[in-house]
Amino acid sequence: MADAPQIPDEAETRARWGAFAWTAENAEKAKTIIARYPAGRQRSAVMPLLDLAQRQVGAETQTQGWLPVPVIEYVAAELDMPFMRAYEVVTFYTMYNLVPVGRYHVQVCGTTPCLLRGSDDVMAACKNRGMTKGKTTPDGLFTLTEVECMGTCTNAPMVQINDDNFEDLDYDSMTRILEALAAGEQPKTGTQNPKRLTSDPEGGPTSLKDMVSANHDYRKEW
Amino acid sequence: MLADKDRIFTNLYGYQPWNLKSAQARGDWDNTKALIQRGQDAIIEEIKASGLRGRGGAGFPTGLKWSFMPKEPRADRPSFLVINADESEPGSCKDREIIRHDPHKLIEGALIAGFAMRARAAYIYIRGEFIREAETLFAAVQEAYDAGLLGKNAAKSGYDFDVFVHRGAGAYICGEETAMIESLEGKKGQPRLKPPFPAGAGLYGCPTTVNNVESIAVVPTILRRGATWFSSFGRENNKGTKLFQISGHVNTPCVVEEEMSITFRELIDKHCGGIRGGWDNLLAVIPGGSSVPLVPAAEIMDCPMDFDGLKAVGSGLGTAAAIVMDKSTDVVQAISRISYFYKHESCGQCTPCREGTGWMWRVMERLRTGDADVSEIDTLFDVTKQVEGHTICALGDAAAWPIQGLIKHFRPEIERRIRENGGALEAAE
Repeated sequence: MADAPQIPDEAETRARWGAFAWTAENAEKAKTIIARYPAGRQRSAVMPLLDLAQRQVGAETQTQGWLPVPVIEYVAAELDMPFMRAYEVVTFYTMYNLVPVGRYHVQVCGTTPCLLRGSDDVMAACKNRGMTKGKTTPDGLFTLTEVECMGTCTNAPMVQINDDNFEDLDYDSMTRILEALAAGEQPKTGTQNPKRLTSDPEGGPTSLKDMVSANHDYRKEW
Repeated sequence: MLADKDRIFTNLYGYQPWNLKSAQARGDWDNTKALIQRGQDAIIEEIKASGLRGRGGAGFPTGLKWSFMPKEPRADRPSFLVINADESEPGSCKDREIIRHDPHKLIEGALIAGFAMRARAAYIYIRGEFIREAETLFAAVQEAYDAGLLGKNAAKSGYDFDVFVHRGAGAYICGEETAMIESLEGKKGQPRLKPPFPAGAGLYGCPTTVNNVESIAVVPTILRRGATWFSSFGRENNKGTKLFQISGHVNTPCVVEEEMSITFRELIDKHCGGIRGGWDNLLAVIPGGSSVPLVPAAEIMDCPMDFDGLKAVGSGLGTAAAIVMDKSTDVVQAISRISYFYKHESCGQCTPCREGTGWMWRVMERLRTGDADVSEIDTLFDVTKQVEGHTICALGDAAAWPIQGLIKHFRPEIERRIRENGGALEAAE
C-alpha cells in the first residue's frame, strides 16, 4: 500500500465532477448493463458501470479516464449500494485509475514471458521518450505503467495503450509507435512482426494451412 | 502430429472471420437441437466417457463436475454456469484466441453445457484487459441471439437459456472460482472458503459450476464426433487434444492445438522451430504457466506433455503454457519476477500469502544479486512451505512452488552468486 496513489478528493475535484451524470448514450448503455443481472442483484453491475464512468470521464478530459470520488458516489447511488462498497471495488481492481492519467496510458507488460523476450527494451524506449514509471509526461500525452501478464505471451513483449495491444515489440518498433501516437496518428495494432498475423508461428502456420486462403470445412475429412 | 481434420479450433489463428456465418460454414451450430435432444444425462455420460479434464489448470474431470449440479433446480434457486475467461496466468494465452477467433464454439458449448447441468444462464467472465476480445464476444453473443440460438427456445431446442458477458477489471485472483463469483456479485474478488462448494452455493447463493473457456468450447465437437474419437488422443487418464502455448526462447513462439501426451521435443520441433540456439542451449522450462515449478532441460526434453507426465518430473500441466528459457536466461531473475507477480496479485485476505509473497519476493531479489547468506536459501525454502497449503485459495501454493522448483534445481547457481558477491565485498574492503 506504500506505493498507492494519493486519492484526490479536494474542493476542486468536487467542483469539477460533483455534477457528473451519464450522457444520454451512456444512460442507455447503463440500463442494458444492469439488465444482464437478476432483479435485486443490480450490484453485480458495479464493475461495468465504473468502467463506463471512467470512459465517460476519459471522453470529457481527452485522456484514458479516471474515477474521481464524486463519480464513484454517482455509480454507487445508481446501484443503491454504499459508497464504500463501490470504493473498495475501485481500489481492488487495477484497471480503475484512481488519479488522472494522460491521453495515452502506456502499460508495458514486464512479467517473465515478456521479460524473456525483451520487455526491458520496450521499457527503455518509453524512458527514452521522456516517460517515468508511474508518472504522466508534462505535456499530458503519456502515462507509463508496468503491468502484470496481459495474456498475450506468445506475442511477447507487448504493450497495451488504452484499448489496443501492440505485440512482438522491440526498441525500434516501440519507438515508432510512440512517435506515431505523439503525432496524432493511429499505428497498426496487434503484432508488429510482418511475418505473423496473430498467434501463429512466424513465417506461416505449421498446421491448418488450408485455412489461410479459404474458410475450409474439415468435416468432409472426418 | 495431430491431423488438421482432428483439430477442434480450426480458426485458431483468425485467418478467417469469426462471425456466425463463417463459423457455421466451419461446422459450428450445426443442428445443435439434436445434440440437446440427447438429454442431460446422455450428454454428461458422453463427456465423462471422453475423458475430458478441466483445461483451466486443475484438471478435474469435466463431466463429473457437471454431475454435482442439482437434478431438479428450485424455481427460487436457479443454477448458473460461469465460464472462466479471466485468463491471467503468465504464459497462458489460449482462451484469448478462442474468444477472438472462434467465439461461437464457446457460445454453443455454453448452451449445451448449461443445458446438461440444468442451468438457467451462463455468465462468461472475461478478463478486463481483453478489451477488443470482449468486443468480439459481445458481438458474437448478440449474433447468436439474433439468430434465435440463445434466449427463449434456444436453437429451437425447447430450452430457455441466456448467455451474458461480464468484464473483469484487472485482478488475477478472479480466475479462482470463488473469487470470480464474488467479483460477479459486484464485490472485491477475494476467494471464499470451501465448503460450501459452488455446486451447492455459488453465484447469488445458487448452485454454480465454473468451467474454463477451453473445457466448454470443446464440448460441441466432442458430442458431434463422439467420446471415442476424443479419447483416442493422449495417454490413459490424459485424453484429448489441447491448446499449447509456447513462449520464451523458442524460434517461433505460437499457440497450437496438439494431442495430449505429445513430447516436449516434438511439440517444439514441429511448431516452434526448435529452441533458440539449438537443444543444447535449453536451460529449463516452466511447462504449465507461472505457478508450476520449473523443470531442467534434461528432464523435460522427452517428457510427455500431459497431467501425469509433468507430475512425474515434479511439475504440472497447468494451462499447458510452456515458458522456455535458454542458457542466456538469468533464471533467478526469471523466478523472482514471478514472485513479484504473486506479490502484486495477492488479494490480501490471508496473512501467509499477503505478507509471505512480499517477503519471498524481497529475499528472491537479494538472491538474484547475491546479497544474501547461504543459510537464507533454507530459510526461504522453509517459508515457502509455511505459505503453501495455509491459505484459502491456491495463490499461496502458486507463489511457493516456482521458488521451491528453483531452489531444488538451481541451488548451486544461487550459492555461486552469493559466493561471488561475498568475494567482491571482501575485495572491496
